[in-house]
Amino acid sequence: MNFLRKKLDKVKPLFEKGGKYEKFGPAYFGIDTFLFVPNHTTKRGAHIRDGIDLKRVMMVVVIALLPALFFGMWNIGFQAMGEGHSFWEYFSFGALKVIPMIVVSYVVGLGIEFAYAIMRGHEVNEGYLVTGLLIPMIMPVELPLWMLAVAVAFAVIIGKEAFGGTGMNILNPALVARAFALFSYAPHMSGNTVWVANGGADAASGETILGVLGTNHMPTTSVYDMFMGYIPGSIGETSVLMILIGAAILLFTGIASWRVMLSIVLGASLTGLFFNAIGSDTNALFNFPWWKHLLVGGFAFGTVFMATDPVTAAQTTKGKWIYGFLIGFLAIMIRVINPTLPEGMMMAILLMNVFAPTIDHYVIESNIKKRKKRLQKVKA
Amino acid sequence: MAEEKEGLFSKKNISLLTDPLNDDNPITVQVLGICSALAITVQLKPAIVMALAVMFVLIFSNVIISLLRNLIPSRIRIIVQLLIVAALVIIVDQILKAYAYDVSKELSVFVGLIITNCIIMGRLEAFALGNGPWKAFLDAVGNASGYAIILVIIAFFRELLGSGKLFGYEVLGHKGRTLAESTGLYHYGYENNGFMLLAPMALITVGVIIWVQRSRNTKLIEQ
Repeated sequence: MNFLRKKLDKVKPLFEKGGKYEKFGPAYFGIDTFLFVPNHTTKRGAHIRDGIDLKRVMMVVVIALLPALFFGMWNIGFQAMGEGHSFWEYFSFGALKVIPMIVVSYVVGLGIEFAYAIMRGHEVNEGYLVTGLLIPMIMPVELPLWMLAVAVAFAVIIGKEAFGGTGMNILNPALVARAFALFSYAPHMSGNTVWVANGGADAASGETILGVLGTNHMPTTSVYDMFMGYIPGSIGETSVLMILIGAAILLFTGIASWRVMLSIVLGASLTGLFFNAIGSDTNALFNFPWWKHLLVGGFAFGTVFMATDPVTAAQTTKGKWIYGFLIGFLAIMIRVINPTLPEGMMMAILLMNVFAPTIDHYVIESNIKKRKKRLQKVKA
Repeated sequence: MAEEKEGLFSKKNISLLTDPLNDDNPITVQVLGICSALAITVQLKPAIVMALAVMFVLIFSNVIISLLRNLIPSRIRIIVQLLIVAALVIIVDQILKAYAYDVSKELSVFVGLIITNCIIMGRLEAFALGNGPWKAFLDAVGNASGYAIILVIIAFFRELLGSGKLFGYEVLGHKGRTLAESTGLYHYGYENNGFMLLAPMALITVGVIIWVQRSRNTKLIEQ
């Protein structure tokens, strides 16, 4: 560490104002503050004395993602090779598939972020630390790497930089990448063959539970398998248990909003119950038990890691309840009623991302009205 | 009158022609005529035919309205304008049906919808009613060309990235059922971007063009 510090200090004058590489200053300071705790403090005005900055927040989210990620690596091996192999065989098989995706996501995404930081002369934003890990986790394992790179570039440039960078984006960039990939390269993003890696002789059939339901058959997968995540799916989304561990970390550190999570579960449960009550002979999804909806597909992952994104979610307390409830409602609606989209979580979150500022606006307006009324009462 | 003394190609007149190409582009700056820009830009050929059709209608309607500008009572001017534009659109539609039936079928309802193209009504209202025929002619050519440029740019990217073709030719190679059967880029695993064929991507392409144009053209940067 000392060695690294010395190296960084040695080249520092080059990047400071008036230095030779002044232009690349943002990139240098971005790396510096990523590796070491910055030693400067705010000089004037009131400020909160708290060691946690955006970088630390993002690191906590990354840590919360790790259980699901490691399980995903293992599960890819398990799904592709079938039973009868050791833990490490499964894990290394999956890791070899997933790590290149993570590398591509970070190299492309951070490359673009650094380029923008240098062009616009601001600091490198840390937002991409999380996005870069989220993107591979919500993709099918066999997605060609160049498609991943295109999706990442689109998400960062159009989904984020066009709006002004980290903190200004309307849509969750990771979901923008996935939506882009889905509409651009549909054969690689949906269907029965993309969720299980090639190369294994005893590969599982590869159909996701929602895929089976889409063909009007009740899946035979046990609830235990669904909860533990021994099912085909995107890399990080299968294990509800691992996602719950991540959720616990996020809730304990207070980074994610429990209101959003709870209201999504509420919205989805009620909608699921509603469809269960109607029932249908031609659409198995109507009869799929409501609580199982919470275990399959990207529901858990989206609830914990996507919808709670503090930038794109609603900001007001009441707004969070409305925002979450509608995500849960729409996700199940799309799943059950729309035959062309087996999974509705992504679309539901993206749509509510768009509406979040509107929800906040009306919550604030109604609050102002309430206070005005109270004031009039006091006056009268 | 001062107007009479002005040369045919005075600076002012030339700027009527060149302004809409960049600084005052009907699509990217005035944000008019977006619907047609989304609908018919999946391929280059229909986009160019559409651009030519709009150019024809805009030039003739602008000149005709400009000639009639002192005769039209202002209360019924919109109806008169619509009548002239509609007549011209029908002429274009019939010509396309007679000589370019395939393209006409591809453009389908959008030829008829030229009548509602905001660029045309906008130019008639804003320019032709207040200026002489020569100026109206230049203005029409300028605006139609500005429209055409953007249409061609969007269609170029949408056809190239969306279907790997330009004017129907497979410029990126032929895509077979397997990698071995494919040639060109497809042989190396390249695939067409299906999103480019959908309308949202046309809107995003327009957005990117606006972005690039605004960051290059200092006149357009807002405070």
